Amino acid sequence: MVDIEAPPADRVDDGTFVVPPGGGPGRWVLALARRGWRQLTSMRTALVLLFLLAVAAIPGSVLPQRRVNLEKVTGYLNTHGETGRWLDRCWLFDVFSSPWFSAIYLLLFVSLVGCLVPRLRTHARALVRQPPDAPSRLDRMPVHAVGAPGGDASDDLARLATLLRARRFRVAVRHDTVSAEKGYLKESGNLLFHFALLALLLGVAVSSWYGWHGSRNLVAGPDGAFCNTLPQYDDYGLGARVGAGDLPPFCLQLDRFDAAYHADGQPASFRASMSYTLAAGSGGPTAGRAQVSVNHPLRLAGAGVYLLGHGYAPVIRYTDRYGRAQISVTPFLPSDEQLTSQGVATFPDANVDPATGRRDPNDQVAFSGVYLPTMSSDDPAALSATAGASVYPAERNPRLLLVAYRGNLGMDTGYAQSVYTLDQSQLDSGKLRKVAASKGLAPGETWALPDGSTVQFLGTRPWVTLTVRHDPGERFVFGAAVCLLVGLLLSLSGKRRRIWFRADSGGGGDSGGVRGRPARIEVGGLPRTDYAGFTAEFDEIVQAARDEGILA
Amino acid sequence: MSGLSDQLMVVTILAYLVAMIGYAAELSFGARGMVARTATRVSAAAPGRELVSVGLAAGGADDPGGATVNPAGAASDPGGAASSGVPVVVEGDGGGRAALIGRWAVAVTVVGWCAHLATIVTRGLAAHRVPWGNMYEFVLVVCFVGATAWMVLVARRPMVRPLGLFVTLAIIVLLGLDGMRLYTSAGPLMPALNSYWLKIHVTAASVASGILLIGFVAAVMTLIRIGYDGGRRSFPYTLGARMPDATGLERLTFRVHAFAFPIWTFAIMCGAIWAREAWTQYWSWDPKETWSFIAWVVYAGYLHARATPSVKRTVATWIAVVGWVTMMINLFAINLVVSGLHSYAGVK
Ligand code: HEM
Repeated sequence: MVDIEAPPADRVDDGTFVVPPGGGPGRWVLALARRGWRQLTSMRTALVLLFLLAVAAIPGSVLPQRRVNLEKVTGYLNTHGETGRWLDRCWLFDVFSSPWFSAIYLLLFVSLVGCLVPRLRTHARALVRQPPDAPSRLDRMPVHAVGAPGGDASDDLARLATLLRARRFRVAVRHDTVSAEKGYLKESGNLLFHFALLALLLGVAVSSWYGWHGSRNLVAGPDGAFCNTLPQYDDYGLGARVGAGDLPPFCLQLDRFDAAYHADGQPASFRASMSYTLAAGSGGPTAGRAQVSVNHPLRLAGAGVYLLGHGYAPVIRYTDRYGRAQISVTPFLPSDEQLTSQGVATFPDANVDPATGRRDPNDQVAFSGVYLPTMSSDDPAALSATAGASVYPAERNPRLLLVAYRGNLGMDTGYAQSVYTLDQSQLDSGKLRKVAASKGLAPGETWALPDGSTVQFLGTRPWVTLTVRHDPGERFVFGAAVCLLVGLLLSLSGKRRRIWFRADSGGGGDSGGVRGRPARIEVGGLPRTDYAGFTAEFDEIVQAARDEGILA
Repeated sequence: MSGLSDQLMVVTILAYLVAMIGYAAELSFGARGMVARTATRVSAAAPGRELVSVGLAAGGADDPGGATVNPAGAASDPGGAASSGVPVVVEGDGGGRAALIGRWAVAVTVVGWCAHLATIVTRGLAAHRVPWGNMYEFVLVVCFVGATAWMVLVARRPMVRPLGLFVTLAIIVLLGLDGMRLYTSAGPLMPALNSYWLKIHVTAASVASGILLIGFVAAVMTLIRIGYDGGRRSFPYTLGARMPDATGLERLTFRVHAFAFPIWTFAIMCGAIWAREAWTQYWSWDPKETWSFIAWVVYAGYLHARATPSVKRTVATWIAVVGWVTMMINLFAINLVVSGLHSYAGVK
């Protein structure tokens, strides 16, 4: 490989420490800073930082990450005690937003800018300038040829220039030489690639500043509908520059959910039929229907609505001692692939004495339950409150197993409560006590509790997990990625090379030949990058010159 | 159909194994090259017999395509030459016996390649979909791309043939691990995979990985050859004696990586586009994404290092080797150990 065009910065890889003349500590500081900057913008440093970046990403794939799976992180912290807390202190559960990870890539990108700007300047100059004049000794070039002039000297050079231009070389004809260069696209592509890396990072930053997302579980039916406001999400994230009021107003309702499964229970397809209303700025509110399925999100007001999960919400009617009935529709969370699901149904307003209208907080009722969309038919008797597991994810032989609790649900403590589990502290303190356990209830079946109240399992409604996400950085990132790829292809496939012809009057190294008929024409070629086919190209050009009678 | 695919997989491995033995034979006979060139016709019969048995084994693997594809036609005339003990086509062969065995090994590789193709096609027919919907199939396709890249390379530059032993070795190891650790019976796709992005993203990823496999072999051989040239005579540097010259190997390593890197970049980009459709976000640092990123950064580091004059070529080449290690971690460790969003592994 000959003459790799290294950026100027690379020539000071060793970080030579030159103190400018004159005295005073200021100069030392300046010299140190200059040296540091050179070090940082050298390709070697870039290489080290690239490596650090790769190594730093490893813990992010080995340890659970909050951004990917919050529950796993919590679980890890619970089981690993002190080690877990130490890891957490080192941001090891938030690797990709940790200060040390950021430091590495920011340094890398500073290095990149420091490296790119001078290269861009050099390249821009090379693009407007003519190819450089021939070196004095063409016979020292990697490839070299000599021929007798075929015709008239001045004419020869002009014809050579035409021949090279036809091969898309950039050509400059000087006194007695022709200089030609080709393959500028390589450097252009390389610069495009590196600038695209910068643009990509900016796009990612835009995503994190201006993006927002929220998720929630949505039960089918008009009473389950929700609108795009933060309180209605189970969890959400707002970019640094987004406020709660920036979310576009729209409402969504799940009309219908269809799931298809293969014979072994493996899912085949999911499809949610949704209806939405959109408070569009100009055309007034619009309403519509749409299908959302895996890989096919709904685009609404600049945001994407994604279907990410689903399950069953048992509909339970509880009729209390006083004969008042209430209905609960709560999503049960699947715990396996056959959709064995767990959840609770709470009736905080149960057993309000109709005579006094007083609510006794110690007379609240709740059920924890396991829902099996398909109970194994072999052995129904084996099913008790110590539930079995579903054998198929669709509802072929559905059963609901309930455990009844009475007491204080702990809802008045002021703490946010999970809608999927009972308050463990209330259970532990005995304020909420188990009353009875049911057998497997089929849809429509009623179960009478010892106190005379009844609970009826009416059936289920489907629910889906929706994530709504708005990401204004996407387009930017996409554009940058396309530029990156184009730049990469140009850079890796391009070959920069130079060819010179000199009409030589026979004066050896001295090129100041006499005008008129030169003694010979010398040719030299220099591949400036790794280019195995250069000799062949060179030979072909020399041969073409001979064929046209320019060289003899 | 699924059973047929499994059987063809065995045939494929056997054929590559035979080819590998052939490449090894070429190397070891080539080691006695000086002697071999002046050897008498009688002693030369030994490699000749070896060569016929190579052809026989390929035919014996009862691959239907074998007899027709094998250009030298040993499988179509198995008994005769072997029983007479006369070398088959040795006359007039300037390259010597070793080279002849080497060409046979290439021919057997072609047989294996055909069986390999048939394995993949029957798998797709059995599952009624593109045959790269789970890890087992993915590795199958990666190896297929590797074998294809190898044959294109040998056809264009016969002098790289000594690498064949290590290429087939790498492919056999991968296919073996695939069959033993990742095997999944042919079945339908998970809904998340049911997208045309599966075809684009996974195809690009397997093509890039397959070519990088060849790049890895070239990188290792470059290091071995450079070590050998530097005077090292312990194993594995002794293998360097039979390898093409270090400069050529090093350049080949670079070429292969420079070819595969944009494809890998494209594969990651397509993955990001797909992730936006399926998981809401173009990048969410799930373990597989993370390791693809790590591999990308390491390979970028290799190309970078090679373009940095102050970095030695051996150092750069080592980075390429590290790149392949990260690819393998991504392929095996991440799928089997860490579970992420990718519903791809399908290994239970
Ligand atoms: C942000 C991380 C970076 C990545 C991922 C990266 C990646 C790459 C890749 C893949 C190549 C080879 C392909 C090509 O020629 O286009 C390359 C070449 C190059 N990089 Fe970078 N680079 C990064 C940062 C830098 C920095 C900070 C510098 C300067 C200090 C730099 C200077 C160069 C130069 C000069 C070349 C061209 C060498 C040549 O072909 O002559 N890069 N880079």
